Amino acid sequence: MRTTGSRRLRLLAIAGTATLLGTGLAACGDSSGSGEGDTFVFGASAEPKLLDGAFVSDGESLRIVRQIFEGLVTTAPGKTDVRPQLAKSWTTSADGRTWTFLLHEGVSFSDGTPMDAKAVCANFDRWYHFTGVRQSPSVSYYWTTVFGGFAQNEDASLPKSLYSSCTATGGLTAVIKLARPSAAFLSALTLPAFSIASPAALKKYKADEVSGAAGSPRFTGTFGTEHPVGTGPYLLRSWERGNQLVLERNETYWGNKAKTKNVVFKAIPDGGARLQSLQSGGIDGYDLVDPADVKTLKDKGFQLLDRPAFNVGYVGLNQSTPLLKNPKVRQAIIHAIDRERLVKNNYPEGTLVAKAFMPPGVFGYADDVPEYQYDPARAKELLTQAGVTSPKIEFWYPTDVSRPYLPDPAAVFQLVKGDLEKAGFTVTTKSAPWTPEYLDVVQSGKAQMYLLGWAADYGDPDNFIGTFFQKSMPEWGFNNPELTALLDRAEALTNRDRRIEAYQEANRKIMEFVPGVPFVHTQQALAFRTEVQGFVPSPVQNEDFATVSLSTK
Amino acid sequence: MRRLAQLVPILLGLSLLLFFWVRSLPGGPAAALLGERATPERVAQINRIYGLDRPVWEQYLDFLGRAARLDFGVSRMTERPVTEELVSRFPATAELAVVAILFAVGLGVPLGYLAARRHLTWIDNLSVAGSLIGVAIPVFFLGFLLKYLFAVQLGWLPPDGRQSPRLFVDHPTGFYVLDGLLRGDPASSWDALRHLILPGIALGTIPLAIITRITRAAVLDVLHKDYVRTAEAKGLTRAVVNRRHVLRNALLPVLTVTGLQVGLLLSGAVLTETVFAFPGVGSFLVDAIAARDYAVIQGFILVIAVIVVTVNLLVDLGYGLVDPRVRLR
Repeated sequence: MRTTGSRRLRLLAIAGTATLLGTGLAACGDSSGSGEGDTFVFGASAEPKLLDGAFVSDGESLRIVRQIFEGLVTTAPGKTDVRPQLAKSWTTSADGRTWTFLLHEGVSFSDGTPMDAKAVCANFDRWYHFTGVRQSPSVSYYWTTVFGGFAQNEDASLPKSLYSSCTATGGLTAVIKLARPSAAFLSALTLPAFSIASPAALKKYKADEVSGAAGSPRFTGTFGTEHPVGTGPYLLRSWERGNQLVLERNETYWGNKAKTKNVVFKAIPDGGARLQSLQSGGIDGYDLVDPADVKTLKDKGFQLLDRPAFNVGYVGLNQSTPLLKNPKVRQAIIHAIDRERLVKNNYPEGTLVAKAFMPPGVFGYADDVPEYQYDPARAKELLTQAGVTSPKIEFWYPTDVSRPYLPDPAAVFQLVKGDLEKAGFTVTTKSAPWTPEYLDVVQSGKAQMYLLGWAADYGDPDNFIGTFFQKSMPEWGFNNPELTALLDRAEALTNRDRRIEAYQEANRKIMEFVPGVPFVHTQQALAFRTEVQGFVPSPVQNEDFATVSLSTK
Repeated sequence: MRRLAQLVPILLGLSLLLFFWVRSLPGGPAAALLGERATPERVAQINRIYGLDRPVWEQYLDFLGRAARLDFGVSRMTERPVTEELVSRFPATAELAVVAILFAVGLGVPLGYLAARRHLTWIDNLSVAGSLIGVAIPVFFLGFLLKYLFAVQLGWLPPDGRQSPRLFVDHPTGFYVLDGLLRGDPASSWDALRHLILPGIALGTIPLAIITRITRAAVLDVLHKDYVRTAEAKGLTRAVVNRRHVLRNALLPVLTVTGLQVGLLLSGAVLTETVFAFPGVGSFLVDAIAARDYAVIQGFILVIAVIVVTVNLLVDLGYGLVDPRVRLR
């Protein structure tokens, strides 16, 4: 009797051990895949949304769109300078309103249809004639950012379109007319959002089909989900939502063929999880390395590539506050803040201290802008000169957020506040969650002094200082017609040298005026296994995966 | 049937709470989407297009009307219908939950039984201490620990996802383990299974601890019952006593508790899936909350609620199978 009981116990124990063993055994399986040397696995921070550049503004979608499609122009590897892509060359009329693009010969879309001037114009006309939900900034963000409005604006807040027409004057000559001169237009065309898609495929796969009830529209075509047809070095092989997206080399690509046959994009939203995935060989490289992980990665022998700084973090000063209207007070503030220490204490090694509202990599940057050294004594002196005694200021910072230029807003805030207090200011702390309260308070001009920043979309000074100062904005609280006129003129200039000069002039004017205190330009890092070669980080994330190869060990 | 009818008021109340709760979260979809690019005009335009500028009660009635037809709207994160997102992500969470519950029951019941049978010996003490730790350890921490040890350091198991990225296979049903078998490709099933082990253990640990404790307590309780003593006194073998009297009676509370774990598993899945970049319902819900994707939050939570209620109902019905007395009532 006793033995039977024991046997039962033993059986149960075996069942338990088997469960454990099952797990252990499974651990010993092999993890070999197919064609390892010919597949590059990239860890993205999110899944793409759609592969139709016209409908997306998120980096993960555009990253993949960039591989399947090409635009008229692109950026030079690792830089923001404009380079030819589908257009071999281009000319501008004297008034800056007519742009003539000469296209490469013999280029076909991956569905075999020719990429010619007609196809280019068909794309521009498609964008220009968007209606309904396709006019939403959540859908056609970049069109509205660059071109303003559409053929028929459905929202009163949309401005008149910068775009006016596109004509195919020859098989390979496309003439684009603008409503007003804009040179920023060319830089903006480097955005993958303005990729040229096969007009036949757009139609066949119903790219523009929208259905659903009012208030709940949905895209029902399969162009952006299953059949993205462009001219790029890669084709969409498969996209299983939730799992991964696989690209495969376009064997009929007109330029240099992609070095690696397959590229896999795997979404791993958590930064720590991306790091561990790289360490355990799950992925070959990943984007958005957490600054805290840089040292670990270097110690373990991984490659780290910095994406050149393309953003700015600043302390905004709202001049609708009488105190801040006084230029001497604004100068006192900029002298009072120890920006070197601020950056050293709060940002990873090698981060640039800003002295202007745009980073050095963008053309039009002026190295000779007025500089304001950290000098609390000078700050006090300026306050005295301004006739201000015991100045009081409300200073805002955002909570529940981490931006590339502001990884820890509270820490930055504390340092700046301390510096201001040393110079004699009485600072009232104000904070709010990033969206919508904080942005609302700042953008509606209710914050006297605040922390904010900007990461630009394309490599043009217009996308930095033009965004900030070209029109009077409540967050800055000033109207400076001289500066506005200068920026308007700079945007319209088509002669590149004169344009550079104009923006340099604007940068000097801005820093003379001190509308705020720019303090940082941060860099983002990407990490790769040592075998990965040929990846060139771009300041605007315009990165070509076709040059990436995996050296065999 | 009566039980099913009770579902209606529960779901109505929940939908009402959910609807107003998501809208009370700071920020909206437009602000979350646009970040520093949000201008009042852009936000207003998005709200108008997606009908978010209409009176809330009107939006609610609209939502109810569509939800009744299983249409939960369109996700603004992915531009796909919520129902489609749910269908494509549910299999991942279901597979994970099955592995976790198998782990918890497969190990917890024998362990609890063993501890009860060896009451007050070292086995018993170990199981009690172990289940205390198991309940107390945070899921994300355990997940992180398991991953660091078995994936990063030892390299025995994959660190994340559901299938090795270099394995290009189709998944017609979305249940990866099953898909491999259907395709006649057991290697890919095996690969998918290996991806389930670490997250399965992380997710199954709390239920394991709870089931072990409940089994132990239930068996101890039954062992001291008169009818067990009577059965033993009648001279029945230990095996028969165990099967007919001890296990069957002890199983009732174990079954109840296991059923209750389903709700816990689904909430634990949110954390586990995030740690293991496991593309299921939980990790998608986390993203949706961050993006203020109202349609996804409402739809997913409602469906999860239906699942939890249904499982509890099934557990109640299951009593009948184990205990004829319940069936009679």
